[in-house]
Amino acid sequence: MNAADKPLLSVTNLKRHYDVRLPGGLFGTPATLKAVDGISFEIMKGKTLGLVGESGCGKSTTAKLVLGHIPVTAGEIRFDGEKVTANHNAQWRAMRRRMQMIYQDPLGALDRRLSVADQIGEPIQIHTPETPKAERDERVASLMADVGLRRDMADRFPHELSGGQRQRVVIARALSLKPDLLVGDEPVSALDVSIQAQVLNLLDDLRQSTGFTALFISHDLKVVRQMSDRVAVMYLGRIVESGAPEEVFRRPQHPYTQALVSAIPTIRRSAVANRIVLKGDPPNPVNAPPGCPFHTRCPSAIAQCKSEVPALLETAGHKVACHLVNNAPAGAGIAAE
Amino acid sequence: MDAIVSIRNMTVDFDQGHRFVRALHGISLDVGRGETVGIVGESGCGKSITWLAALGLLGKRARVGGRVMMGSKSLLDLDPNGLADIRGGKIAMIFQDPSSSLNPVHRIGRQIGEALRLHRGLRGGAAKAEAKRLLDRVGISNAAQRLNEYPHELSGGMNQRVMIAMALAGEPEVLIADEPTTALDVTIQAQILDLLRELSADNEMALVLISHDLGVVADMTERVAVMYCGRIIEQAATDALFSRPVHPYTRGLIAALPDIVGPKRRLASIPGTVPPPDRLPPGCSFAPRCGRADQACTDRQPELAGIGGQGHDVSCLHATELAMTAMREAASNEMERA
Repeated sequence: MNAADKPLLSVTNLKRHYDVRLPGGLFGTPATLKAVDGISFEIMKGKTLGLVGESGCGKSTTAKLVLGHIPVTAGEIRFDGEKVTANHNAQWRAMRRRMQMIYQDPLGALDRRLSVADQIGEPIQIHTPETPKAERDERVASLMADVGLRRDMADRFPHELSGGQRQRVVIARALSLKPDLLVGDEPVSALDVSIQAQVLNLLDDLRQSTGFTALFISHDLKVVRQMSDRVAVMYLGRIVESGAPEEVFRRPQHPYTQALVSAIPTIRRSAVANRIVLKGDPPNPVNAPPGCPFHTRCPSAIAQCKSEVPALLETAGHKVACHLVNNAPAGAGIAAE
Repeated sequence: MDAIVSIRNMTVDFDQGHRFVRALHGISLDVGRGETVGIVGESGCGKSITWLAALGLLGKRARVGGRVMMGSKSLLDLDPNGLADIRGGKIAMIFQDPSSSLNPVHRIGRQIGEALRLHRGLRGGAAKAEAKRLLDRVGISNAAQRLNEYPHELSGGMNQRVMIAMALAGEPEVLIADEPTTALDVTIQAQILDLLRELSADNEMALVLISHDLGVVADMTERVAVMYCGRIIEQAATDALFSRPVHPYTRGLIAALPDIVGPKRRLASIPGTVPPPDRLPPGCSFAPRCGRADQACTDRQPELAGIGGQGHDVSCLHATELAMTAMREAASNEMERA
């Protein structure tokens, strides 16, 4: 096995539960919110995994867990073979240098009192304080050029930049330490269409030139398809389907993915005709239903779905967690073109 | 088609203390009875301001010019009482974030009841019965019980349904939906769009859908106006606009969209950014970002003019030539599909 076949990030049976109190009784009733409930995935070196799902499905919690920002309830995260913990000791800091994050809101992620150049140079100063200033300035200038920021913007402050430029600063900052893993949590969701395309192309170019591995989180299936080598669809803290984006979005197997894909309005096909509109809202993750988390909204649920949690089973690289798909005779499937 | 609302040459200037900055440079737009019109554009292009100005909702710092006619009434000349009859009664508006449009300390039933009292004079039992009917109409189950709940007890999609119910309370002839599904998840968005489509068809209510999402607009509307820097730069029937876009900005927007079907391709991005309203370039506002721009484009602002009939209007000096290209592309796409 050579280096390229080894996963850079591997996550096994990851869980994150929160103790919460529901209304009722004097101090409320204790309950458990299962934000992430047993997910496993691997990202190979240089590849990008797209994580999609609706709000509250646990995508952002997964990002925080992967970076060791919050402790896990159960399961294991390994980054380049080493275990990621939430103990913020020297070992974690050394690892964290190699894992960087891009957030949705660039203004919130930047320090309003630092100029663009200081902003981008700050991680270098923190993690390698021995770097001489001249070398740091040179690195900052080359990073700015890489992300398409003009040289004269170096002295500007975040409020003087447009949304797209701010996100470029955030990206330059994240790349300043040459990370091996980049975690993007809705990195283009706050941007307008024309700027979104610029930033997506930029990330694509940078990935080719620097070869970073990425975990790309978004609610937008079109953006995820554009960016990812593999995708995983989450629902209520679990992965319900994963595989190559072409496969998952063209021939979705899980009823949830089918509804999700069909619900996206696009200008290149008329979605109205064969749109699957799900009834109701996703259930509250505090009292997630037993069995398959999706059975309350699933148009084709059977009795087994209400009691048994379906396992994520693989057929030719395409994994699905659905009783209807996994119990069906080979090749039958419930999916329709 | 008889227009139910017609905006003519509307301008909006904002008072910046020492000077006025023009945000809207003469918009003319008709909305026909029962028609669904989409308004698209990126943030800051003036798509929301157009309708806020028409309804007198911009406040004292804005100077609004032009005319907005609804029947024989000129909305910009109405006194506050006259405007209050129009708002909610004739033209209702719903916004992006339902939870900040609803009052968090009042029950749903009371908020819908207020709209019913103001616009239809209903009170007491009659108002309650009508509020329940409206909640049923917008697809909220358990309507009688929901009337006694507060906005925080409902989900985002439910709250948007409540907003729609309130907008329907005055039986408006036009519903302005300003990014109605932007804050919602995709599966909930599909529910709300279906509801809006159904309501506008059933009640012969015109629907103006303001959105940054070209997909939503393509899906929902009969006619689309594309705005850039306070001007309408292209408008056409929805099919024509998306199959044969002419203005370089519209073409750029469509090419910049990633897609869920078809082959994966590199996105064609539009270079540069939208200029701020107080620093618009001379001539066509899009010229600095446009691949087609030449000297003439920086000299004068092109007028919105019809090309090829069927109400396809474009504001571009190169419109005729680009229209030919668009026709050729549409034909070759057609061939590919066949």
